[in-house]
Amino acid sequence: MRRIAIAVMSTISGLVLLFSYHTSLGSGGGSSTTTLPDPNQSTPADTAAADSGAASPGATDPGAATQQSAGANTVSGTFTGDVVDTQWGPCQVRIVVKNSKIVKATAVQFPNGNHHDDEINSWAVPQLQQATVAVNGAGFDALSGATVTSEGYRGSLQSALDKAHL
Amino acid sequence: MTDPAALPELAPDRPPVDQPRRSWVEQVMGMPVSLHVRGPHAREQTDQAEPADRAERAGDGAGGEVEQAVRRVIADLHRTDEIFSTYKDGSQINRIRRGELALAASDPWVLEVAELCELARERTDGWFDARLPGSDGVRFFNPTGLVKGWAIARGCERLSAELPGHDVLVNAGGDIAVRCRRTDTPDWQLGIENPAERSQVLATVPLRTGGMATSGTAARGAHILDPATGLPVTGLLSVTVIGPDLLWADVHATAAFAMGPDCVDHLAALADHLSFVVFLDGSTRTITPRTPS
Repeated sequence: MRRIAIAVMSTISGLVLLFSYHTSLGSGGGSSTTTLPDPNQSTPADTAAADSGAASPGATDPGAATQQSAGANTVSGTFTGDVVDTQWGPCQVRIVVKNSKIVKATAVQFPNGNHHDDEINSWAVPQLQQATVAVNGAGFDALSGATVTSEGYRGSLQSALDKAHL
Repeated sequence: MTDPAALPELAPDRPPVDQPRRSWVEQVMGMPVSLHVRGPHAREQTDQAEPADRAERAGDGAGGEVEQAVRRVIADLHRTDEIFSTYKDGSQINRIRRGELALAASDPWVLEVAELCELARERTDGWFDARLPGSDGVRFFNPTGLVKGWAIARGCERLSAELPGHDVLVNAGGDIAVRCRRTDTPDWQLGIENPAERSQVLATVPLRTGGMATSGTAARGAHILDPATGLPVTGLLSVTVIGPDLLWADVHATAAFAMGPDCVDHLAALADHLSFVVFLDGSTRTITPRTPS
């Protein structure tokens, strides 16, 4: 976000559209260097190694991974990932696994920044399940597709989903 | 009949609770916008509670507050339409185009959108561009492609902010923003339509907070233009992008659709986003963020 803000600032002069460019970008505080937020965070790990349970020195609770095997072939437990140095600062994620499925992902450390960055950082990429099913038999809350116009809505399946809760 | 003690144990980390739910549909900006609210006061009618009760319960969505919050968000959407519609002669966008209104003197919403359009152009290497050629070939400021996502993301955020203890979902003709303030409810289940056969869903995504946008030609014909040539693009059936903010999911879906099959690289470079592409031959591909290097 900050990087983009700076990039925009640098090209601002030639753009008529950006006449009053101060509102949201001003919240960057005018800082133009990357700040490392956590002084305790000493050694960022080399890469985003997927080794479960590995925590780098200086991380909040190294070795905190608890592993209980629920069955012969499934894994359950809490795993804290390595600290990964991103361009916005260090980032570290903890996951909770149940029967080999991630049920929860939390950012233990994430780069400091403005409010919007915090929101993005607390967000975990969801799992997409691919399966072709007929809409009418499934429990969806909403459907995404090419934009439905007002004229096309009455007969659409989304209208049926909406009606179910009117 | 059923012994409560014999009921299966709920998942300890998130027992799903059945909360009352209600939806509203408004035709605005040329499309249906549905707003769904889930929570204890979702179905309460305006003025149902005594005024004293209302004051006491203010701030938790009680006493018709849900309905009122929904009405305020719908009013914002109509205001967005008045300002940004290219179909309304007196809209600020048309007045700017005709030279009757200076951008600097226009509504703060126009300035905010103009800034975002510029950011969008940068983040998509020019594939998203609000300076579109008109029917006369002259390029003018037309932020239509960004306004919908912006307005819906904003509306969802406002609705959620005004309704503590409630989950909200806003669906604008297939672009969806959600926000959950409860932790005991099931995830919203969002489906991605098959662009070739719209009674089918190709994939589902559970989401509590964020946005999901699809660009495609199925519903409105070819309407996305190549920013370089001004001609309609037809290289894919659809692109769906899921991310923390509907505004950017929508921008990237639009840009990716304009890019055609080459969009895969662009989408894989997006941190925090998940994408689903349907190619012309009906084959599909799920794109997750490339591992940070």
